[in-house]
Amino acid sequence: MNTTVESQLSIRNLSKVFKTGDGVRNISLDIAKGEMVTLLGPSGCGKTTVLRSIGGFLEPDHGDILIRGNSVLNLPPEKRPTAMVFQSYNLWPHMTVYENLAFGLKIRKYKKPDIEREVTAALELVQLSSAASKNPTQLSGGQQQRVALARALLLKPDVLLLDEPFSALDAKLRMEMREELRDIQTLTEMTMVFVTHDQEEALSISDRIVVMHGGQIEQLSTPQEIYDAPQSSFVASFIGRINVLKGVSDGQHITVGELRVPNPNVALPIGDCIVAVRPEDIYLSTQAGGLEGQIRQVMVLGHYAEISVNYKEETLKVFVPREQAATLHPGQSISLMFHKMNVFPAISVSEVAPRQEAHA
Amino acid sequence: MKWYVQALGKRKVVEFLLLIVFVVFFLGPLLNLLILAVSGKWQYPAALPQSWSLQWWQFVLSQDDVLQSISLSFLIATVVTVCSIIVCVPAAYAFARISFPLSKWFLFSFLLTHAFPKMGLYVSIAVLFYKFGLMNTFVGIVLIHMVNTLMYMTWIPASAFRSVHQAQEESARDVGAGPLRVFWKITFPMAFPGIMVASIFTFLASLDEAQGTLLVGIPDFKTMPIIMYSIIADYPNTTGAVFSVILTLPTVILLVAARKFVSADVLSGGFQVK
Ligand SMILES: Nc1ncnc2c1ncn2[C@@H]1O[C@H](COP(=O)(O)OP(=O)(O)OP(=O)(O)O)[C@@H](O)[C@H]1O
Ligand SMILES: [Mg+2]
Repeated sequence: MNTTVESQLSIRNLSKVFKTGDGVRNISLDIAKGEMVTLLGPSGCGKTTVLRSIGGFLEPDHGDILIRGNSVLNLPPEKRPTAMVFQSYNLWPHMTVYENLAFGLKIRKYKKPDIEREVTAALELVQLSSAASKNPTQLSGGQQQRVALARALLLKPDVLLLDEPFSALDAKLRMEMREELRDIQTLTEMTMVFVTHDQEEALSISDRIVVMHGGQIEQLSTPQEIYDAPQSSFVASFIGRINVLKGVSDGQHITVGELRVPNPNVALPIGDCIVAVRPEDIYLSTQAGGLEGQIRQVMVLGHYAEISVNYKEETLKVFVPREQAATLHPGQSISLMFHKMNVFPAISVSEVAPRQEAHA
Repeated sequence: MKWYVQALGKRKVVEFLLLIVFVVFFLGPLLNLLILAVSGKWQYPAALPQSWSLQWWQFVLSQDDVLQSISLSFLIATVVTVCSIIVCVPAAYAFARISFPLSKWFLFSFLLTHAFPKMGLYVSIAVLFYKFGLMNTFVGIVLIHMVNTLMYMTWIPASAFRSVHQAQEESARDVGAGPLRVFWKITFPMAFPGIMVASIFTFLASLDEAQGTLLVGIPDFKTMPIIMYSIIADYPNTTGAVFSVILTLPTVILLVAARKFVSADVLSGGFQVK
């Protein structure tokens, strides 16, 4: 990545290690103006730690944080050009929604008509114009988060920080809110750093995704690249569904069971390796030539079907179109071939992320 | 009768019985007190006094030391409340925000002041007061009252401060408020109901305090409860009733004025050990 001054937010070698030994190490990241970047990773991987360091609520051990080219490390949270939306308890219940929004503007010594104009516009943006005189406790969880979002937006921060702002909401509302946030982001062209542990959320709203694991960055790319070309077995297994098999590489080819395919990864060392294949990249056929397996279960899920296939001691998941599912039945012998796969050096199993279900 | 009970349903009947118990045990004595305070002649078997009169009010209020004791009591209660707030609210904030080792034990130790027989505690404190020349002084009385009020004034506000979430304070920092402004505009107003309730408890507890005052304040400091003891001993029941009403009035007035804050929530929240 370029580290020129045009970067809206630039994190350089950020480290913050807690007494317990947890924390983040060597995080470097450049975010352009108007970009929406998501920090994604399992619980405890350090997403909040990075975000709070940017907001000024944590003091890093090493490294620097620059906003529009200027270091903000010496500024307290109230002086930083950032605004933050927390997971919950954002609002002050002893003030009305209007007063909640006006608080920051009053501190900035705005005149009354200006405050009124700004607050009204912000509430309109989050579609809550009617709630101005209400008390936060009278609002639903989703509305409260929208108010918090409006309060952050109206300060026109250089960088907006969102720490799992929708995770306390139910699945349907979460989906609506994420679309709304993306719309607002496109409209306002605000630079945003969004934290989530929900890979679907990350894939759907981000310009780029930072996958974090154990306090470090595993991969930083566009959602498409993260999905299609994961750079590590952790990323492969954390994002989307994936089947993991053992293979052996001789440099030119990879051997998985009876299958021998060209090696797609030139950097792969010779010897044992891990082969990761997405369920939609497996092709099922009654003609021999692939891995010989046996169908265990056929589950029709709307427009596609999920097939479980026993192969040796593993159970592989395969997505097939509905029409093909009709020709398959449990107990049937079947041959599996791969359209596409990712291969990684063999590592201990513990480094592979736990299976994450795609839906909540 | 039976159809009536059935129509009401079991819950209503239970509610009704509870109401009766409440009336008999709580309001009964109060009502009796009120009637007694305005009665002239009231002989035993009669349900109501034979004659009504305000003569004992006149008597009580015409006593110089009574009026003095009322103003002294209110003065002491006010000073005790203000001092307790100054000492305890910052402590409560510290308990709520900083988790230092033994902080739970510290909070718990306030309960201990209420666990011993009061007189024992007071006597041992009095021994100290002698050494420092605090016997028979205003400061001494204020201090002995504060021994009791420390508990309310620390526990209840501490729990109120704890109910202000870190994210709420940080949000305020985030939109541009410095630490002091966050405290005055966010944390304090949110904890205010709890502090208010604790202050009222403190004020009333100080107003009613007799044992410690008797021990430390003798002979010059005679507060309302002290005077009441001697008057009840020397005059008919009615004077005692008149006095009780005078002592109860501020309680009722304060509680009514502050009923907005005295929600069951705040009260129960005040006694959680977290
Ligand atoms: N104040 C702290 N003191 C000690 N350890 C901490 C502190 N804050 C966080 N940690 C630890 O640092 C690690 C990273 O925490 P962080 O909150 O950044 O994770 P996260 O990715 O945001 O997780 P989650 O998805 O659960 O919010 C965790 O192991 C956590 O226990
Ligand atoms: Mg977090």
